[in-house]
Amino acid sequence: MPLIEFSDNGLYCRQGNFYIDPWKPVDKAIITHAHSDHARSGSKYYLCHHLTKPLLQLRLGDHVYESVDWNQPVFMNGVKVSLYPAGHIIGSAQIRVEYNGEVWVASGDYKTEDDGISGAFEPVQCNTFITESTFGLPIYKWKKQAAIFEDIKNWVAQNKENKKTSVLIAYSLGKAQRVLKPLSEMSIPVYVHGAVWNVHQALVNSGWDLPVVRRVQPDSPKEDLVGNIVIAPPSADGTPWMKKFYPYSVGVCSGWMQVRGNARRRNTDAGFALSDHADWDGLLQAVKATGAQKVYATHGFQSAFSRYLTEQGIEAGEVKTEYGGEEEDNKNEA
Amino acid sequence: MKQFATLVNILGTSTKTNDKLQALQNYFAVAADKDKIWVIAIFSGRRPKRIINSTILQSWCIEIVGITQWLFDECYHTVGDLAETISLLLPEPETPTSITPEHTLSYYLETFIRIEKEGEAVKKQFITESWQQMDRNEKFVFNKLITGGFRIGVSQTMMVNALAKTVHASSSVIAHRISGNWDPATASFEDLLSESIAATDFSKPYPFYLAYAVDEDLEKLGAENEWQAEWKWDGIRGQLIKRNNDFFVWSRGEELMTEKFPEYNNFKDQLPEGTVIDGEIISLAAPAEEAMFKPLPFAALQTRIGRKNITKKQLTEAPVGFIAYDLLEFNGEDIRYKSMAERRQLLEQVIAQTDYPSLHISPIIAFDTWEALGVIRTRSRDMGSEGIMIKRKNSPYQSGRKRGDWWKWKIDPLTIDAVMIYAQKGHGRRSNLYTDYTFAVKDGDKLVSFTKAYSGLTDKEFAQVDAFVKRNSIEKFGPVRTVKPELVFEIAFEGIAASNRHKSGVALRFPRMSRWRQDKKADEINTLDDLKELLKNYNAPIP
Repeated sequence: MPLIEFSDNGLYCRQGNFYIDPWKPVDKAIITHAHSDHARSGSKYYLCHHLTKPLLQLRLGDHVYESVDWNQPVFMNGVKVSLYPAGHIIGSAQIRVEYNGEVWVASGDYKTEDDGISGAFEPVQCNTFITESTFGLPIYKWKKQAAIFEDIKNWVAQNKENKKTSVLIAYSLGKAQRVLKPLSEMSIPVYVHGAVWNVHQALVNSGWDLPVVRRVQPDSPKEDLVGNIVIAPPSADGTPWMKKFYPYSVGVCSGWMQVRGNARRRNTDAGFALSDHADWDGLLQAVKATGAQKVYATHGFQSAFSRYLTEQGIEAGEVKTEYGGEEEDNKNEA
Repeated sequence: MKQFATLVNILGTSTKTNDKLQALQNYFAVAADKDKIWVIAIFSGRRPKRIINSTILQSWCIEIVGITQWLFDECYHTVGDLAETISLLLPEPETPTSITPEHTLSYYLETFIRIEKEGEAVKKQFITESWQQMDRNEKFVFNKLITGGFRIGVSQTMMVNALAKTVHASSSVIAHRISGNWDPATASFEDLLSESIAATDFSKPYPFYLAYAVDEDLEKLGAENEWQAEWKWDGIRGQLIKRNNDFFVWSRGEELMTEKFPEYNNFKDQLPEGTVIDGEIISLAAPAEEAMFKPLPFAALQTRIGRKNITKKQLTEAPVGFIAYDLLEFNGEDIRYKSMAERRQLLEQVIAQTDYPSLHISPIIAFDTWEALGVIRTRSRDMGSEGIMIKRKNSPYQSGRKRGDWWKWKIDPLTIDAVMIYAQKGHGRRSNLYTDYTFAVKDGDKLVSFTKAYSGLTDKEFAQVDAFVKRNSIEKFGPVRTVKPELVFEIAFEGIAASNRHKSGVALRFPRMSRWRQDKKADEINTLDDLKELLKNYNAPIP
């Protein structure tokens, strides 16, 4: 019996009787991070990191939550469970599961570049590593965050010069906070969509020191917006809500923007390949750092990535999960 | 090169025609003359010969990056563009490109021409060294120049408009001047756009006048007697040019096709000096006794185009003729300003002087009322035509697609309900999305594939089908996935012909998805017999 099974409800530890990021309601759920494809409502008990708890409360409502610190073990029927930073978004964790000297790590979503807000990814030694592979092809190699921020700022400045509003499409939890700091350095007012505002408030209430933003209101005067910045989630892109920003330019922050065709399909004016997932080199680096003898790739280009690992002498298999998967267009947090 | 890479980037990402136009104008305002010439050449289909095939090009990339062929293929199928795949895989240069000396666009293109006849080693050295000096954007553009197919969201018309604004001339004048036979390696920007060259280049075709599809009630066109109706023939629009005792055949795609059709060799002697005829290059069966012509399906013409050497068999099986629509030049005079009626009269005169069996005049359809014309239109398929053209008798011959004077009234397509069985990822803006499908009809309890189709769905529908494919794929053969046969689509097409290239024995003309039949189940689709019935009713098999 493997320590973690791939069941119809999600990753399941029989010995400890808990699930990691289950996609159906279960008794005990351990949550890697608060994105909707990983954190679903209806379970009887949730375990997560302290930083994730207020976000789960915001998104899933009233449930039983228990939260822990980094590397603060919890025992479930003899199984030792501990959380390590994944660097994906605020509070995102890798789940380390140990029983009888065998260690498995489920990565959840992660990135290896420290973005200064999501915690620095920490490689964890293990026997078996379940890794995401959203961008598991060598065409995905990110520019450094600082360079992308420079590109975004230049674009905003250019828009301001052309008297256009810069509408930046960024997932409301994660990327919205990530781009906020560099944008706030420009001394240009930053407006946010209601979804971004809600996350922002939840974070501020739990003690985060975030730059000041203004919420876009139905009666926000048009002249206040022109030439300024608006941060909106992907779901708002192309909706009538955008009309009030006219004339505007739309910039999408997503790893998928690495490929021209994706940017053209989104019909966006500018695409910034800013991702909260590890790129090809990051995935390989992470896999090697775990020293795992066996790797399961899920969530993306799992078949290509696991085949490549096998060729590199690392035993690897692919696992189908119901996380974002390949559906890039609904997978907003990419 | 950076300048050009930036231009391509803006043209490729901008969603507004005005922004693209502005970007082109900006480029024409600042770029070196030599580079401008090349930009005009590239966007009007006059790139230098391909110096290396794409298999070798990708092998160099694979070698540099140190990955396996299958991984390269995975990347390519995901990106959907070879040039871009290579640019994403290659490492970024170690020294920033901002401090290395930069080469011009013309330098690269002229080097391509210079080393075209050299061995592979020379080409490899030039290409791989160039890669090392470029950032990702430049590499993409550079690779595009090598691999061809610069389809990046800018039409020739748009470029013509930008040029027209830059040199303060009208678009139609510019369109005419950059058409025809000129060599970017030797032409200068001044010469190309000056009046004198147009006079000296006697091979130049006129820009084609294109019709809009009828989109409203024909009654709104007014009195029937102000209009002329003809059949709409399904071949390739072309121009025959006889000037300086020389003869040229141009396609609408501005490809010189004189050599492709030996049947036209006699036209040179038959046509009077200073003649330009607009018409249809089309495969015609040997004329029957009453001297009318019988068009063959487009598939017949297809066996003739794209081939360098034409066999005797092809010549007899798919003879090519020409159906004349219009006369643009008469006695060396540009008569496009004259009325359609006057031009038609002159055209009849010119054609009457010839007695060559492959050259025909497009017959005029007599009709009294729009309603009667509608009835005639239903006979289009029997005539081997794809509908009716309606042209205003007093209209001049304009350039490009203009509303108002010329209309095409196509017949409704044939349709068949089919189930999707294979899917493959698309290209360009459909990169990493399953948008290219293969469809099957029923044959007893088997499914028989009969066509592919790529278009007709909305972006939203494509996204839904893509999600279905990802969840319901059965097997993977390279880039192709077999899919659970569940989704039913109505496939529309303009024609059907027998073909031994397909399992089903038929080949369709312009197949596309006209409707997603979410109301139908896979066992409710059409059968192979239904297809064969259509084949029997609507088209003679290719002989």
